[in-house]
Amino acid sequence: MDVREDVVDILSGFSLFADLATPELESLVDIFGEEAFQPGERVLRQGLTGSNFYVILEGTAGIRVDGKDRAVLRPGDYFGEISTLLGVPPTADIVAQVRLRCLVLPGADLQSFLVGHPRVMYRILQEEARKVRTTTRWLS
Amino acid sequence: MVELTDRPFPPGRYPLIVVGSGPGALQLTYSLRRFGVEHAVLTGDDAPGGMFRRWPIFQRMLSWTKPYANHKRGTREYERYDWNSLLGEEETTRSVMPRVMDGTSYFPSRPEMERGLVEFATSADLRIRYACRWESTRMEGGEIVLSTSDGEYRTPAAVFAVGVAEPWRPQTLDVEGVQQYGELRHAETYADRRIFIVGKQNSGFEIATGLLPWARQIVLASPSRTKLSVDTRTLVGVRARYVQPYEDWALAGGVVILDASIEKVERRGNGYLVHTKSPADGSALDFEVDDVIAATGFVCPLQDLPRLGVETFGQSGLPAQTPFWESASVPGVYFAGTIMQGAHGLRKHGIPSNSGAVQGYRYNARVLARHIAETRFGVAVDRPALKAEEVVTFLLAEVSRGPELWHQRSYLARIVTFDPDRGIVDEGIQPLAHFLDSPGPDAVAVALEANGKDDPYPAVYVRASGATSENLLPPHPLLDYEGPEYQRQLGSVLAKLGAVAAPVQ
Repeated sequence: MDVREDVVDILSGFSLFADLATPELESLVDIFGEEAFQPGERVLRQGLTGSNFYVILEGTAGIRVDGKDRAVLRPGDYFGEISTLLGVPPTADIVAQVRLRCLVLPGADLQSFLVGHPRVMYRILQEEARKVRTTTRWLS
Repeated sequence: MVELTDRPFPPGRYPLIVVGSGPGALQLTYSLRRFGVEHAVLTGDDAPGGMFRRWPIFQRMLSWTKPYANHKRGTREYERYDWNSLLGEEETTRSVMPRVMDGTSYFPSRPEMERGLVEFATSADLRIRYACRWESTRMEGGEIVLSTSDGEYRTPAAVFAVGVAEPWRPQTLDVEGVQQYGELRHAETYADRRIFIVGKQNSGFEIATGLLPWARQIVLASPSRTKLSVDTRTLVGVRARYVQPYEDWALAGGVVILDASIEKVERRGNGYLVHTKSPADGSALDFEVDDVIAATGFVCPLQDLPRLGVETFGQSGLPAQTPFWESASVPGVYFAGTIMQGAHGLRKHGIPSNSGAVQGYRYNARVLARHIAETRFGVAVDRPALKAEEVVTFLLAEVSRGPELWHQRSYLARIVTFDPDRGIVDEGIQPLAHFLDSPGPDAVAVALEANGKDDPYPAVYVRASGATSENLLPPHPLLDYEGPEYQRQLGSVLAKLGAVAAPVQ
């Protein structure tokens, strides 16, 4: 893959990877790819199949549903996991707000990555649980 | 004839400058000339061919040219089977590679590839200033100034086709005597030696394949698991040409393929001690070997362009680009050849474009030439009109046989617009990302797509009243999407555009 060496330092500060030892963090550099997006560029496109799993390294991105901005993602946040895990198109655009640098894992590799890194899977599960809780509170 | 002594383009001002003389630059200058775009071409090399004048190191390509296929040589459809020829319009410039190959393999040898590129440049009478080395760059009065070994060149726009072929290695391997791709000794000097190759991508496996008959033992190591192109059904992974060491390992023949990070490399007598650690359980394994070879990737030789503001990303230092291969941060700076892989497109299902290889970037070059001709030189490019009843048949023929769509899946698309004023118009081939992310009249884009598991399938993107929808057609076991069921399905999809009649049966 094509990831800069500085990524290990950046990842060590992200809660998603907080349980990984240094050799495991270093191996991520070999497993993930790196992509850069320009302000206004779409990373994920609402309704289009074939999305991937992204972790933001630098910059911010907006979650845009039907043209309306709903929330902002920051370094350490990730996206694409829902559409990848369920095999369905994303329900939102993810749009770079400034220059955005991301790690990317092909959607087809997410399952084997999570199974091979159960502590990362647990962290994702916690985050998804938080999202469900927030949604439930909002609905009730 | 291209004469090395004929040195066109002396230092001065030109409306456009192309830097390079590999296949990417050759295709671009050829295509620019077809659109009548005045430009200069400069290269530090003495002859055409770029990296293929030296590499692959074991002297055979990993992409094929089939001498015989279901379509006649020289036709547009045949390009799907010939991954190595550049794209010409004359008989002498079309399907050059099968003409220069000796028939012993459908993978051209390196000298055959080089000969094919020279033949293309010669037949097309491409004008290139050889032995003119680009040394530095600056911006002055809104223009790009290139300092070269022959003097200064000024231009409002430049295209850099300088490859991604400078070997790179991490600090861990910065140890005296550690070799890199391109620095290897003759294969026979590795006889009866223990060789440790860092990197399990194609370059690592290429080296292992070349040294299999010589080495006493070969170890290939990197943290992640080896992927094979026959499994991913894409160019991601080790290509079949280099898979022999993998089989040797799988059958316990002596090759070691290890998922491990390289912790440290030490000189030990005449050889090395390599310390590795498993990312899975942290377990350590040490290897005493005679040679260590770094196959850890390549970087893009952009020289001082990043200092001018050209943003780069990844370990290769690829420039961030627009869908039309222009620097995302410095307008007027474009890229051609394998650097075009920095314009990532959609990467649906994680599958990259083929822009890093000749069979992909040759089409990008043609699209870029047209884009530059239209946007910077005001060239009016012909856009054929289509009748409503022709649209379905036309699009299905393109997705079944159009080489651009076959080689650049989910990346290049055939576009047809439905404009109330202009009627139904074939807009030609464009980057799919540009189509999806730009406003415009009602239109349809067809692309061929793949998901890494199934056979390829057509994807139809319809833009109607400003909203774009994706419509996937089913795969076909014979990859033929022109039958009545496809006509029916596409006709139904295009009904959203109103203006399309069903095809004549």
